[in-house]
Amino acid sequence: MSILVNKDTKLICQGITGKSGAFHCGQMEAYGTQLVGGVVPGKGGTTWGDNNIPIFDTVKEAVEATGANASVIFVPPPWAADGIMEAVDAELDLVICITEGIPVTDMINVARYMEGKKTRLVGPNCPGVITPGECKIGIMPGHIHTPGSVGVLSRSGTLTYEAVGQLSEVGLGQSTCVGIGGDPIIGTKFIDVLTLFRDDPQTEAVIMIGEIGGTAEEEAAAWIQENWNDKPIVGFIAGATAPPGRRMGHAGAIISGGTGTAESKFEALEAAGVHVVKSPAEMGKKMKEVLGK
Amino acid sequence: MKLHEYQAKSLLGRYGVPLLPGIPATTPDEAVAAAEKLGGPLWVVKSQIHAGGRGKGRFKGAVSDAELAKAAKGEDAEGKGGVRLARSIEDVREAAAEMLGNVLVTKQTGIEGKEVRTLYIEGGCAIDKEFYLSVLLDRSNNKVLFMASKFGGMDIEDVAESNPEAIIKVHVDTAVGLTDFNGRELAYALGITDRKAVNRAVGFFRSVFQAYMELDCAMLEINPLVLDKDGNLFVLDAKMEIDSNAVYRHKDIAEMRDVHEEEATEIEASEYGLNFIKLDGNIGCMVNGAGLAMATMDIIQFKGASPANFLDVGGGAKQDQVEAAFRIITNDPSVEGILVNIFGGIMKCDVIAKGVIEAVKQVGLEVPLVVRLSGTNAELGKKIIDESGLPVISATNLDTAAQAIVDAVKGA
Repeated sequence: MSILVNKDTKLICQGITGKSGAFHCGQMEAYGTQLVGGVVPGKGGTTWGDNNIPIFDTVKEAVEATGANASVIFVPPPWAADGIMEAVDAELDLVICITEGIPVTDMINVARYMEGKKTRLVGPNCPGVITPGECKIGIMPGHIHTPGSVGVLSRSGTLTYEAVGQLSEVGLGQSTCVGIGGDPIIGTKFIDVLTLFRDDPQTEAVIMIGEIGGTAEEEAAAWIQENWNDKPIVGFIAGATAPPGRRMGHAGAIISGGTGTAESKFEALEAAGVHVVKSPAEMGKKMKEVLGK
Repeated sequence: MKLHEYQAKSLLGRYGVPLLPGIPATTPDEAVAAAEKLGGPLWVVKSQIHAGGRGKGRFKGAVSDAELAKAAKGEDAEGKGGVRLARSIEDVREAAAEMLGNVLVTKQTGIEGKEVRTLYIEGGCAIDKEFYLSVLLDRSNNKVLFMASKFGGMDIEDVAESNPEAIIKVHVDTAVGLTDFNGRELAYALGITDRKAVNRAVGFFRSVFQAYMELDCAMLEINPLVLDKDGNLFVLDAKMEIDSNAVYRHKDIAEMRDVHEEEATEIEASEYGLNFIKLDGNIGCMVNGAGLAMATMDIIQFKGASPANFLDVGGGAKQDQVEAAFRIITNDPSVEGILVNIFGGIMKCDVIAKGVIEAVKQVGLEVPLVVRLSGTNAELGKKIIDESGLPVISATNLDTAAQAIVDAVKGA
């Protein structure tokens, strides 16, 4: 078991012929992900890549023809929100949007559009989801991951790779790694992924990496207190040294009006029984220690 | 992207949001012409800088350093502020001459202050009540939130602390827009009861909501929001921030960018597609990815030093970007050491290593440099660094890298 994606996941890519879409689709295929189709309006009927992946004009056509249940989106920001809604309309189970830079008002509309729909959105502005050895959907380097039992959950990209690298260094593999994204509005939040990890028998422990901005970590901490089981969680928050009022790279990473500080998030997680580390270099070591391995 | 008050007001005016008549000016003569055109008998001369607390702010050179320090803390200081009432054309000219070209220190600018390059000359008005209104995204439920309070002119953070029940929150469903009952709820909460005044208030809030959405605001604060004797609401001060990701679809707003309000190094960095923020520490850092860049700053502090900057070179940095990043970091006189922290994914460590060495040759190196490479082709990258003959310390993990640069700087 794992969460969100596995060897049976059938993936289409929206924006498969763009520069980064094409590059990462190649990487995903090489990892063993079942890439079954692409969607590029106006290029329906053509194919992509060495394996002649069929391209369709619409997501609906792609789903009908291939039986895909997931989509990864590399569509540029002005059209990405529309791409997400098209995938939701086609009733895919999972949509992972990699695109960075989508206007917030577009995402407000997407959030409203998705209410009551069956699709789960991960991202936007995220590295994607990987179940090591089975399926990689996104832009993370596959080779640093090893199959195992630690779930990894983060708002960041490279900092997630750092955590994975540290886990592998201490001999701990990962069940699934989920980058939920650095934007103010994201489809899947900490609590959603924590719920999945809690109920996943393969996942024995979780690394949760937050960052400044918003109150999602505080909400997650409150949820953990009420709903969590005894799987250990190791937590880190990036941005303790960030000045207020400045966006630290990610659109969502900003301390404003006194909320969103690393201090408040660390405190909330600690109060919820999370094993917090103040140094980002100690995530792997701490996990090994709490697992007693 | 932050806007000046006069720019925010010109945008709100397009949506019919009631404002006082006003004209921007960049010279005392323009200020006088503006005042004459507005007619008087009362004017307000307002400094235009990207920072709040202007009224309590004080000008460098006009008051003592002790008074400036008070202004920087937001305390009451001797002397005249950055927003002044003028009762004659001569008052307007005098205020304009004293403000333009001078540096205003407020609690939001810090002691270094900001140069006033533009003024906004506004007509006076008869104020009955002052309120607070802000519009923002509520990230916990993805809805647009109107926050209002009867305590106009006060910082909302202060009200939230001293009197949290005085803050009214109304969520707007963006699929329908601001409804009549949303508007009435806000109006009643502010103590507006006259039936006609309530209806006008509903119209006011609806215009504000429309402006917020159509202009792609990231934040809009109207403080104070003013009620006149006749029960009309209007905007006295406005702070507006536009979502940087949406500026591409507002060409006119893009032209409102005031580069004088930004750090020169941050502008240079943005031209190379680098995400750079100047901080006040002594260890420069160059990192790929925003989360890892923040974590790198944090570990520098954890090890007992402090970061000089935030710098994210992005996912696929090229040679010229690495060079530009290096130049920007080394140009900062407070930098006493540099930490390059790369977790190679798509970006290959050997490519980064070559880039760093080339940059060091081009830009020169006068402070200790630690390069930590991990991930794709890390070994190859480390070999390239070690064999370069340059005084670069290479490290393979985050902990030893941070320790190495902190030790090198402390030992120097």
